[in-house]
Amino acid sequence: MTITVAGEKKEYKDDLKLTELIEIEEVETPQYVTVSINDEFISFDDRETTVLKEGDSVEFLYFMGGGC
Amino acid sequence: MDYNLYDDLINYAKEHLPEEACGLLAGEEEKDGTRFIKKIYYLENIDHASDHFSLDAKDQMEAVKDMRKLGLKPLGNWHSHPESPSRPSLEDIKLAYDSKASYFILSLMAKNPVLNSYHVENEIYEKEDLRIVSGDYYY
Repeated sequence: MTITVAGEKKEYKDDLKLTELIEIEEVETPQYVTVSINDEFISFDDRETTVLKEGDSVEFLYFMGGGC
Repeated sequence: MDYNLYDDLINYAKEHLPEEACGLLAGEEEKDGTRFIKKIYYLENIDHASDHFSLDAKDQMEAVKDMRKLGLKPLGNWHSHPESPSRPSLEDIKLAYDSKASYFILSLMAKNPVLNSYHVENEIYEKEDLRIVSGDYYY
């Protein structure tokens, strides 16, 4: 199936779990990344049970903050 | 980065003193890794503090959606240091989770603003070759 990940269309196996996608895409420090699918945020607890489907669009948003 | 973007960035950050100002960087990237900043996103510092900043994930998502629409790539983030130099603080380093990002730090502590770009990976930072372009010249 085709999924858009970070703006790029890619092919993945069917019934891909979000946790598997995070691993395949080698997302750094995933605990500090907010994931959105089709503009909806996915809670951390739902990652394991979230299954992607054809045409989904996924974004990985890193926490951004700092001090001075 | 075009000098007009640079000027706008400085003006925005100055207008938001004494708070730290912040946002995202978008643009294009060549195969050799050269990056061209085409758009700067000005986002709310949800901490509203002079010594700290955080971006809201919803604001980030809206900005990234806009980047995708414009055919631009997220290239990193920027924030100002109202009263400290243009180098990553310990907290900046600790919270730099994305090693693919460029981290712009704009210091407003002196009369003349100073902007630097950093790559941060495994809590080690390195200055990037940031060029402000004006016509045929850069500085």
